[in-house]
Amino acid sequence: MSDSKQHSKHHENGDHDHDHSHAHTDHSHWSDMHLKVKTLESLLVEKGYIDPAALDVIVETYETKVGPRNGAAVVARAWNDDAYLRRLRENATEAIAELGFSGRQGEHMKIVENTADTHNMVVCTLCSCYPWSVLGLPPVWYKSAPYRSRAVMEPRVVLSEFGLELPEEVRITVWDSTAEMRYLVIPQRPDGTQGWSEEALAEIVTRDSMIGTGLPLVRMESKA
Amino acid sequence: MTLDANEPVFNQPWEAQAFALVIGLYEKGAFTWNEWADVLSKTIHSDNGNAAYYELWLVALETIVLKKSLANEIEILERKSDWQKALLATPHGEPIELKTARKS
Repeated sequence: MSDSKQHSKHHENGDHDHDHSHAHTDHSHWSDMHLKVKTLESLLVEKGYIDPAALDVIVETYETKVGPRNGAAVVARAWNDDAYLRRLRENATEAIAELGFSGRQGEHMKIVENTADTHNMVVCTLCSCYPWSVLGLPPVWYKSAPYRSRAVMEPRVVLSEFGLELPEEVRITVWDSTAEMRYLVIPQRPDGTQGWSEEALAEIVTRDSMIGTGLPLVRMESKA
Repeated sequence: MTLDANEPVFNQPWEAQAFALVIGLYEKGAFTWNEWADVLSKTIHSDNGNAAYYELWLVALETIVLKKSLANEIEILERKSDWQKALLATPHGEPIELKTARKS
């Protein structure tokens, strides 16, 4: 008897470091946010406002199918095809839909073109309106309070914090998105990319270059 | 501020669910995108800047659900309490199911 008691005591001591929480929480636990989502979801499904299968499709679409590669294809086509660029200028929503990318929120798209003396930058000061159909879901910084307020007040400082130093003579135009109007920046086509295929061009078009907080990836040799 | 090119779209599964609920309700015509943008914008602007984006998104979802009478406050409170009871009754690691009477 005393032998086994000693043994079990020894065992407890040896295990105490990873056994501490199990004594009082052997039931399941969710965060407040998780509980809130499940509460609303189960009610809305039950009432027929939502189809649970549709929820999975939406998540999968935005996690894997919709993303900045769509926008990069638009920019690459615009760089390579003047007729397409003209259609983009006239009606960006329709020209983007030509490539199979349509907004699900009924928003209108407008392109803003960077030139040698103008740089465009997109923000949503109200909330987080963003051209989802071409860029996917917005990055965390785009949704943050500092970006939303400072992009308008001091765009040059914000860009330099992002590592983008623009010459003083380049004018910065900030476009404030709304629920109805979303902007896609068409960056300047980098030098040394003449004759490139659209696929190769799309590779160098980054998400940030289409928001205006970055530039297309330029090969080091073109700087030399 | 810094750019992060490799951040995940959603940090937690509930964020993806909250996101999909709003898109799903919108696509079913429960509200217009303008109505949603208005509620989300007001929610974001009434926050002191500390809440994470999808927390505010979720608060805005609850607001628009109430505003559009998709569910009322009592239903939400009761359902939340049902889930809490289900959590307490479910051993860790097992699927959590509502034991309340459901129309099937």
